[in-house]
Amino acid sequence: MAKEKKRKAAEEAVDGDDYIEREDKKPKKQKLILASQIKNKEKRSAVYAKLKHEKRVEKHKKIKARDAASKQALELGEEPPEKMVPRTIENTRELDETVCRPDDEELFAGNDADEFSAVLKQQTAPKVLITTCRFNSSRGPAFIKELLSVIPNAQYYKRGTYELKKIVEYAKNKEFTSIIVVHTNRREPDALLLIGLPDGPTAHFRLSNLVLRKDIKNHGNPTSHEPELVLNNFTTRLGHRVGRMIQSLFPQVPNFRGRRVVTFHNQRDFIFFRHHRYVFEVKEKKEGLKDKKSKASQGKTEKKAIARLQECGPRFTLKLVSLQHGTFDTKGGEFEWVHKADMDTSRRRFFI
Amino acid sequence: MQNDDVIWDVIRHHHCSYMAKIQTGNFCRNPYNVTGICNRSSCPLANSRYATIRDHDGIFYLYMKTIERAHMPNKLWERVKLPKNYMKALEIIDKHLEYWPKLLVHKIKQRLTKMTQYRIRMVKLSKKVREKIMTVPRKEVKRESRREEKALRAAQIENVIEKELLERLNKGVYPDICNYDEEIFNKLLDKNKEEEQEEEEEEEAEVEYVEGDYELEEEEELEEDIEDMGDFLKANNFEDIEGDEDDLEEQPAKKKAYVSYPLKQDDGTEKVRRKGKKVVVEVERDEDMGNRQHNVM
Repeated sequence: MAKEKKRKAAEEAVDGDDYIEREDKKPKKQKLILASQIKNKEKRSAVYAKLKHEKRVEKHKKIKARDAASKQALELGEEPPEKMVPRTIENTRELDETVCRPDDEELFAGNDADEFSAVLKQQTAPKVLITTCRFNSSRGPAFIKELLSVIPNAQYYKRGTYELKKIVEYAKNKEFTSIIVVHTNRREPDALLLIGLPDGPTAHFRLSNLVLRKDIKNHGNPTSHEPELVLNNFTTRLGHRVGRMIQSLFPQVPNFRGRRVVTFHNQRDFIFFRHHRYVFEVKEKKEGLKDKKSKASQGKTEKKAIARLQECGPRFTLKLVSLQHGTFDTKGGEFEWVHKADMDTSRRRFFI
Repeated sequence: MQNDDVIWDVIRHHHCSYMAKIQTGNFCRNPYNVTGICNRSSCPLANSRYATIRDHDGIFYLYMKTIERAHMPNKLWERVKLPKNYMKALEIIDKHLEYWPKLLVHKIKQRLTKMTQYRIRMVKLSKKVREKIMTVPRKEVKRESRREEKALRAAQIENVIEKELLERLNKGVYPDICNYDEEIFNKLLDKNKEEEQEEEEEEEAEVEYVEGDYELEEEEELEEDIEDMGDFLKANNFEDIEGDEDDLEEQPAKKKAYVSYPLKQDDGTEKVRRKGKKVVVEVERDEDMGNRQHNVM
């Protein structure tokens, strides 16, 4: 009897007539149970897996729909829907007023008048003096050896206990164009000091992630041809200056037969150094193999020119700590740019 | 009432707060002590007539105390400034401490000697430049390394370098690279110029393409190009025409000393999707194709 009653009650409840009754009662709250609240591990992981699967399926659907739409649009000759550009830190970088513009007269005038113009205009050949801090140990000497092979016309002098200012004078007398000081900390090369001569700026870089040639798999051995330089992403005025400083280390007439390229790539204020030997090759790409449906396009081979790189030489990253006007003089010198802690507060702001 | 012996008795056998006992002996921390050792003759409290030399800001002063002033602690110590010259300082000490016990005067002169020596050393050291060790908080170190990793991943260095090299090749920077098949390569130069523009569009989205970069290349290349164009013109007929065209196209741009790549000149749409399905869809641009075809003999 009770069952019958219940059934009837249920039936009645389903009827539309009972809506008036329903409204008096509070609507039943739907309990949403988060997957993370399930205590049973098996059940919980099963729920998660299902969720993930669903998400993936949805994503695939979206992508397919997008592809289909664009294909259709192309076939019809219309414009396909706009391709979505992912938002990256580089895209959303804070606007910097000091970014070099292509039509900046001031920039060129500055270039002519700055300290590197002599070297960059090939009036003097670059001559580099490499030395270390007072205590050199462990990876320092190996790194310096590799640096010597990377930078043509570079010489290594032991540090002794000379003051840096005296070293600068000495180098000026011997007509060097720049000094590199490799600073070691805790048995690892830690910082690089780049001093331009005769009265060039002093750039202090922090060195990190050093990988020596012998630690690189399949490394190549560099020749003694003058390398090509690639300097990427030095956008702002400061970056431009640093870029020119780096450029002044290398001879301005690269020997292309040597097929050596030295790259300084700036990304988010980190300057990545790479040293490669390259080769141009013709790559045959068989088009149409991936599109299995169309038989007509089989057998078409497209040839593309590609460049292949073999890494040789060390690999490290630099980060500019300070740029000082004039040769090394921390007490009395004028700093053009110093890294301060409060420059790191924004993740979208870069200076080089 | 001042009795030195009594004072010494009390201090020595009971408690003196200036005494520091270490392995090698007893030392006196009293700033007015001449020798620094806890001794009956060196204790400034237990000697009613006493003198020292103290150093203030690099200037030495002779301090003297006499029993006449023992009841006025405020005015107990009399101070005489000593000149920086060692010999003159000695004379002044002699003058002031003429009738004082010889032992004390001797100790004072010894102290003066030592102090002069270390003053000279300090001055020398301060002139010397020494490295200052700065510490970096660990949080910052970790933050930097994290950011570096992410920057490295965002940089895609190898790809960028390869692209850069190909661009330079297409520009004609390299006069003679001896490892390619000439015919195929020259044909490729054409095709690559078309694809170049496609590539650049993609690049614009990813890599922040740099005016500064161009300029730096330009400086290198300008020299190269000017030299090589000459060679080109003489040597190869085919490349001669190509070279000319490039020259003409680029020279007006070069006068500005900046080359801006032909940005989005196309009216058609092109996509080169690198990852996943490689769908290279080319829409014919009649004008350009026309030009190019002209030159390919």
